[in-house]
Amino acid sequence: MTKKLLEVNDLKINFKTYAGVVQAVRGVSFELYEGETLAIVGESGSGKSVTSNAIMKLIPQPPGVYAGGQIVLEGRDLIPLSEKEMSKVRGNDIAMIFQDPMTALNPTMRVGRQITEVILKHKKISSSEAKDRALKLLELVGIPMPEKRFRQYPHEFSGGMRQRVVIAIALAADPKLLIADEPTTALDVTIQAQILELMKDIQKKSKTSIIFITHDLGVVANVADRVAVMYAGQIVEYGTVNDIFYNPKHPYTWGLLGSMPDLKNNVKEELRTIPGSPPDLIHPPQGDAFAPRNEFAMAIDYEMEPPMFQVSETHYAKTWLLHPDAPKIPIPEEIARRIEGYLKEEQDDGK
Amino acid sequence: MANKLLEVKNLKQYFGSPNNPIKAVDGISFDIYEGETLGLVGESGCGKSTTGRSIIRLYDITDGEILFKGKNIHAGKSRKELKEFNREMQMIFQDPYASLNPRMTAGEAISEGFDIHGLYKDKKERREHIGNLLEAVGLNREHANRYAHEFSGGQRQRIGIARALSLNPSFIIADEPISALDVSIQAQVVNLLKRIQKERNLTYLFIAHDLSMVKYISDRIAVMYRGKIVELGESDEIYNNPIHPYTKSLLSAVPLPDPLTERVRERIPYVHEETDESAKLHEVLPKHFVYGTESQMNKWNKRR
Repeated sequence: MTKKLLEVNDLKINFKTYAGVVQAVRGVSFELYEGETLAIVGESGSGKSVTSNAIMKLIPQPPGVYAGGQIVLEGRDLIPLSEKEMSKVRGNDIAMIFQDPMTALNPTMRVGRQITEVILKHKKISSSEAKDRALKLLELVGIPMPEKRFRQYPHEFSGGMRQRVVIAIALAADPKLLIADEPTTALDVTIQAQILELMKDIQKKSKTSIIFITHDLGVVANVADRVAVMYAGQIVEYGTVNDIFYNPKHPYTWGLLGSMPDLKNNVKEELRTIPGSPPDLIHPPQGDAFAPRNEFAMAIDYEMEPPMFQVSETHYAKTWLLHPDAPKIPIPEEIARRIEGYLKEEQDDGK
Repeated sequence: MANKLLEVKNLKQYFGSPNNPIKAVDGISFDIYEGETLGLVGESGCGKSTTGRSIIRLYDITDGEILFKGKNIHAGKSRKELKEFNREMQMIFQDPYASLNPRMTAGEAISEGFDIHGLYKDKKERREHIGNLLEAVGLNREHANRYAHEFSGGQRQRIGIARALSLNPSFIIADEPISALDVSIQAQVVNLLKRIQKERNLTYLFIAHDLSMVKYISDRIAVMYRGKIVELGESDEIYNNPIHPYTKSLLSAVPLPDPLTERVRERIPYVHEETDESAKLHEVLPKHFVYGTESQMNKWNKRR
């Protein structure tokens, strides 16, 4: 059994605005084990980035408020920690990779110093040792000629190379947990594939746990061990990557899968879309927040919030459709056909 | 065979000093047929947006010829001819936040073209047309009086589309129209683009870096790399039978929502080979063109 690294319990984050209190995260719970990758997927505004920033305690207060819950890292709750204590956790235990590598780096500072700065802050070593380590990191993240690159500025790097530098900085103090917030969204597909390979490679070597935030389901299928689907500040479906892609239970997950074109089975029919747009989180709707966009919504969806129903040992979904008394709604035909196609191909390959 | 709506012949678009130009687009040729969607893909900086912008005359081209309905679009034109051309060809932009004037209502933004072209002078008729356009893109008539900030990203992109449709064009250049949108909204906008294409018999040039959506929406695909079209063909053909190593590399990098495939995915790296003067587009299979020299063609054909 692998070790549990992080446990988030019923986390609630609010933001005070002039218009009212925005309930950005409304009771999120999940666990993360050593060496595994959890992908959090959802649309913009679903609370996925707020959740990850909250774990790093990067929510500005005010306007942000930790309205409840715990973030337990190796048995210690991070929420009550002071800023001083937290600055030891950041970098040392948890590090973050951001979306846009241009804004994440300091344009006026040589790349080498940006890496050694982190090493010197967290480790008691001399600056020449720090430099050696930084060079090793640059090599680890696949930057050729590290000696030369060490003395260059960020503008001399391409987008993909910059993101490698950001990853090197994140790894500088050997964090146990790496939070990657849309790390490849700003990159070209070919570069994206390289960065994903790199992250998986590093994880294999150092047993780092990764929280990977993205809206791209293809990327999720590529990197994740487990997946949490977020909608309107809550996790609505949670399971292993196979659970989510081959046996999805929540209508929102169906919608997400259906809105991607099916390249493999070559169907050119109209895409299944999710009608409407996400709810206003100043006044979250009563009942199931997804109900107004859900073609399978029942009367109870507008009155009571559904609990997390357990589908299997690893798989949970928050929809009344899983209640024993609910009518049996089969997974929409287009998606069922697509999944069948994927699985069949796998069988054929296996033979 | 459908008629050629647009012919691009040896288009070159250079920027910077004439002595040491940046060759954003370096001698590309292709045709777009009436009623079809041509997808233009490639990584950032490959010249795909520049191509779109040159076609709609946002740049003065360095060399080559662009014929629209048989007429050279960059040849000297009278004001009247220019207006006519602008009516026929419209553009949808990437960022719906930047492409709408925040001080204009949706109705004003959509009807700007009416004033320029002196259409629908009667107030009632004008309102009627704005309403029809809004409904055509899935919004309400009442939305005409709202400002851009009152709409979500997907709705803004719909206004951008309504604006492009306002003068009844026959050809629309969509430059990354869905890249800035969420997945579920992307699907809504793509469905909308397909529907209005059918209803109005539109021709699209669809520029994007997201290969999966491009394959879905396009009849044919052109793959660009460093200012050149390296492969051109029907979208299924390009996807199932890529020949140019760059296309192969690009396709091998697209992640699919299928974990079992992803676990065994192997990316094919691309190593660029400089080509000499003799390189050109070869028709390798019927309607499937690949760019390269004779010896490259032989090499790639053998590997297939």
